[in-house]
Amino acid sequence: MGMSLIVKKVTQFVIGLIFLYGINIILFGHLGVGGGFAGGVILTCGFILIMLVFGREKAIQKMRTNVAHFLSCIGALAFLAIALLGYIDGTFFFNFIDHGKEFHLHSAGLIPFADIAISIIIVSAIFTIFVLLVFFGRFVGDAEEYENDEEYVGNIDRNL
Amino acid sequence: MQQLYPLFVAIPLGVAFLILLFPKSLTKLVEVIVAIAEIILLIMVIALIGHEPFSYFIGKWIPPIGITLVSDSISTLLLLLINIVGLLSLLYSFKYMEMYTSKIRFYSLFMLMVAGMSGVVITGDIFNLFVFLEIATISSYALVGFGCEHEELEASFKYMILGSVSSTLILLGIAILYATFGTLNMADLANSILANGINRSVLFAEGLFIMGFGLKGAMVPFHAWLPDAHPSAPAPISAMLSGVLIKACGIYAIIRVVYHVIGMTNITHIILMSLGVLSMVVGVLLAVGQWDFKRLLAYHSISQMGYVMVGIGLATPLGILGALFHLMNHAFFKSLLFLCSGAVEYSTGTRNLKEMGGLFKRMPVTSSSCSIASLSISGIPPFNGFWSKLLIIIALVQAEYYAIAAVTVGVSFLTLVSFIKVQRYSIFGDLPEKLKNIKEVPVLMGTVLVIFAVLCLLSGLLYPFFGNTLLEIARDTVIDQQKYIQLVLQVVP
Repeated sequence: MGMSLIVKKVTQFVIGLIFLYGINIILFGHLGVGGGFAGGVILTCGFILIMLVFGREKAIQKMRTNVAHFLSCIGALAFLAIALLGYIDGTFFFNFIDHGKEFHLHSAGLIPFADIAISIIIVSAIFTIFVLLVFFGRFVGDAEEYENDEEYVGNIDRNL
Repeated sequence: MQQLYPLFVAIPLGVAFLILLFPKSLTKLVEVIVAIAEIILLIMVIALIGHEPFSYFIGKWIPPIGITLVSDSISTLLLLLINIVGLLSLLYSFKYMEMYTSKIRFYSLFMLMVAGMSGVVITGDIFNLFVFLEIATISSYALVGFGCEHEELEASFKYMILGSVSSTLILLGIAILYATFGTLNMADLANSILANGINRSVLFAEGLFIMGFGLKGAMVPFHAWLPDAHPSAPAPISAMLSGVLIKACGIYAIIRVVYHVIGMTNITHIILMSLGVLSMVVGVLLAVGQWDFKRLLAYHSISQMGYVMVGIGLATPLGILGALFHLMNHAFFKSLLFLCSGAVEYSTGTRNLKEMGGLFKRMPVTSSSCSIASLSISGIPPFNGFWSKLLIIIALVQAEYYAIAAVTVGVSFLTLVSFIKVQRYSIFGDLPEKLKNIKEVPVLMGTVLVIFAVLCLLSGLLYPFFGNTLLEIARDTVIDQQKYIQLVLQVVP
């Protein structure tokens, strides 16, 4: 399954950097360009790269779709919880914790946490959409080829 | 109450994501959770009725910087409708949705739709309005295609394409206003427009808004998605879509933008009136010839929204009062009609009027509530549709639009004709051989139908008791642009 050895090896070197870059964009979203959405998309691109290079089975092993589904709900609930935490100081979405020093990582109160929550939703949601397109898009496109392939259908059932 | 105002969005949104975490075996628990959430929301709205108008600054950001939530009588009216129809449709869907799989996802999408509509209604920020509009409509795309049959997916796809076009138009309008005035707060925008006068960019944006929101509210040149989408959705969703979604996302948004942000002008008055008359006439003419029960109802939604639009466009106090009253009545009787069609489909398995007949003997509850709703929508006294149509017609006559008043009466007559057809072919007549063994719908569904039927009767007769606190104050809010601006901008927390 997957692409040639060269591509696999290079991907193994690069993938960690891609993830680090995504996490960097998420954590420093309040100081520069980026944030939860942009960083989340970069993280998802890492997963998609794994899927392209090592085949979809490998990528599914890294993050199963029901885990992704679970995470997207958790991310949304976490974001809502951050909004509701504002009620500690009286107002919805109030940024009540210490704002720290300007231009430092700790400088925007709750915003980095909101970014992390958003990135969880984005990673899991876009990954789920991609996986579903990979599985079901294939299924519709080559319907005759795959319709009777029990192993393939079984794979879908197991993974989703 | 003031402090809890954002919870109108937060509760349904939280519930929507929370219930997705439950496994399928706990569906009963999920039903309890969503019902409790809806009941809490309904209690909160009832506590809000008669409350002084207030604005709520999210995160303590003073407008025009942050997002402002505004509570005035018109948003309270819409919230009330959303949550009454929402709660009753939800109770109805407990049994009805057993025809489908994955009920939990249905409830989740349902709550997302409620969250989106509540957000549209309570926000005071025009971009925020767009975001909530998208939440409500995107979840409704999914709900329309929920059955995953060929027809439903096609309707959902068509709805999605046209809905995306309308969203793009609205977004473009917002972008133009933002480029011109540098603010997104609706009251602040209104202030800038008042100071600078209505120039070409504002007019262009207004055109885009009327097109975009008109598409969401299914005004006639933009109505093509509705007759496909409403019949394809499961019955409780048809009731929600027709009962409140086209009002919250279409009519309400037009009222806010036209009356409070841009200000009513002569040209807008003409455009809205013509849209209204066109919808009224075309909708009813297309409806008369339909044989699919739900499709017929969907065309009548277009026609009845035409009535509301005529009242809104008329811009006289009585016209607006009639429009708001008709908006409320339509939410009750059209939801009831869609739920009745769902009940008939649940028992007989068909929506084709030609295959029904004599249902009164087998399904007395459904049939009698369907009759009440038909009488209401046709404007027969003492049901609620009569009073609101009467108000609109009197307002038209007072404003010396005699021709339009005559058209309004004629459309009401055609509505009666098409509902006599429905009665004749579904409730009365002979019971076909293959429907001999059908049963009345389960008790919960029947109860919901009866509650709606009672609402249809009472909302007309009890007008003297609630008209003042609910509708007349909403009319005053719609007319008074200055008061809205003051409410948002002049108040310091």
